[in-house]
Amino acid sequence: MRKRQGIRIFLILMSVLFVATMLVVPLISVIVGSLRQGVAFYIQAISTDTVRSALRVTLIATMAALVVNTFFGLAAAWALTRFSFRGKQVLSALIDIPFSISPVIAGLAFLMTFGRLGWAAPIVDRINVLFHTNIKIVFAIPGVVLATIFVTFPFISRELIPVLNARGRDEEEAAALMGASGWNIFRRVTLPGIKWPLLYGMILCLARALGEFGAVHALSKTRGGTFTLPLEIDALYLSGGADSVTASFAVSSLLVMMAVIVLVLRSLIEHRSGRRGQKKRTESETGEI
Amino acid sequence: MKSISDNRQMEEMREKSGRGRGNKRLIPGFGLTMGITLAMLSILILIPLASVLIYAFRMPPAEFIEILTSESVRWALFVSVSTSFVAALINVVFGLILAWVLVRYEFPGKRILDGLVELPFAIPTAVAGITLSRLYSDQGLFGRALGHLGLRVSYTHLGIIVALTFIGIPFVVRTVQPVLEQLDPFFEEASSMLGAAPHTTFLRVVLPELTPALLTGFGLAFARGIGEYGSVIYISGNSARDHTQVASYVIMQRLNYMDYSGATAVALVMLVLSFLLLFSLNLIQLKQHRRTGDA
Repeated sequence: MRKRQGIRIFLILMSVLFVATMLVVPLISVIVGSLRQGVAFYIQAISTDTVRSALRVTLIATMAALVVNTFFGLAAAWALTRFSFRGKQVLSALIDIPFSISPVIAGLAFLMTFGRLGWAAPIVDRINVLFHTNIKIVFAIPGVVLATIFVTFPFISRELIPVLNARGRDEEEAAALMGASGWNIFRRVTLPGIKWPLLYGMILCLARALGEFGAVHALSKTRGGTFTLPLEIDALYLSGGADSVTASFAVSSLLVMMAVIVLVLRSLIEHRSGRRGQKKRTESETGEI
Repeated sequence: MKSISDNRQMEEMREKSGRGRGNKRLIPGFGLTMGITLAMLSILILIPLASVLIYAFRMPPAEFIEILTSESVRWALFVSVSTSFVAALINVVFGLILAWVLVRYEFPGKRILDGLVELPFAIPTAVAGITLSRLYSDQGLFGRALGHLGLRVSYTHLGIIVALTFIGIPFVVRTVQPVLEQLDPFFEEASSMLGAAPHTTFLRVVLPELTPALLTGFGLAFARGIGEYGSVIYISGNSARDHTQVASYVIMQRLNYMDYSGATAVALVMLVLSFLLLFSLNLIQLKQHRRTGDA
């Protein structure tokens, strides 16, 4: 028994040590680094024009990703869990593609579609001539939005599908037999049962969209115009001077605070929805992010 | 990915209970939701990715081979794959320990530890990148200490491994945790009552049950590592001479030089790699479900 106790303490210590050095110290060092030149400098660093513009672009892209992916997530979860059809596994795997490929490739994909060599570029040009518009995709806000949607695409459907599968179709089938319309079934029967996983997925999507870097990096080249917060951090960090490095940590600290809020919300929702217990039943948690 | 096979199991149960095909359109909205799903998936994901493939396949094979065999590309691919592999291995070890501690032991601060594991998912990769790069640089907290031991981390392969370990740890913990939660301690008790030493119990009873989950976690962390960009590019130093460029960095560099052929060729190799990984992960889980399904 004493030997067991020894193993126990050793393993807990190892875990705490690993998490502390690998995860906690970096987190703290962001905050320390951001305040190196005082609070006044910090406030000045996070209120420059380029940072404000980057915050605006980040919020636009994040909101767009949230709306589009929630809509998609609900539709995909409904289609994949409420009906039987051939090729369901394939469709499910296709939706997961953005999880497993490099974000840089996501950026490249939109460049090859809408960029100078892209096959869709002439189509966009023709639309611009026809309607006297001036739509630009790559190196403009729409490109940033598309890239952000791409990398966060499966987040919400992935959270909803296991929960809906575990709940089964009986309630919806009963409602349909009693003559409820599809919209009513969704609103009155399905939605109340998935509101916590939906919120959970939206928070994951939000966190990832706020911090997306690689995909956006390929599609956004104008600082103060199409840069997002992570790109602004990159620009400040690489410009080299001690001041701008501190400034880049100051901007980073904004995103770190958002990340910590996200983590707290996550565990609150997990607590609220009794997700831990559910997980045991459905094996829904996989850690695919 | 587990839920993919969950789907399969649900399907099979449904077929067996004989209510599969007959009432498959009982619930309304199949056409509408399927239409939305397919349209959005195609426009936002599949068509843009297909553009990359089309461009890559239109390239003359000689040019394609020339790009891939150039020294910088060969090194970048090798460095990406090998450092991700090592980082994923480290994560398997520590991920298993963390999952074990979080499931089996009670201690103060456990819930906080559980939440902290999630940090790498929530922190933007670029922020992680610049932070780690600073910490492990010559003037940084860890860099200085390790410097006394003669170890350089920032701007070396070691630095890349550190960043990829940071990024990958939640994948292993979050895949092993639920399986461990389901594993009945009864078997371990039986094993030790029959006289097995703790390490024998662990190796013979616990580990075989966890192997598929560990492999899945390894695969997810490995796949993420191969494609990783933001957290790596600052700590790696991106030097062609020291071979510290990773594959994603090479793609981005070629894009900045307007070298679309180069970028696409490297991207194609990475796409093939990640599809192979994804495929083998699905196989592992299918096998696992078959096994537990029979029992």
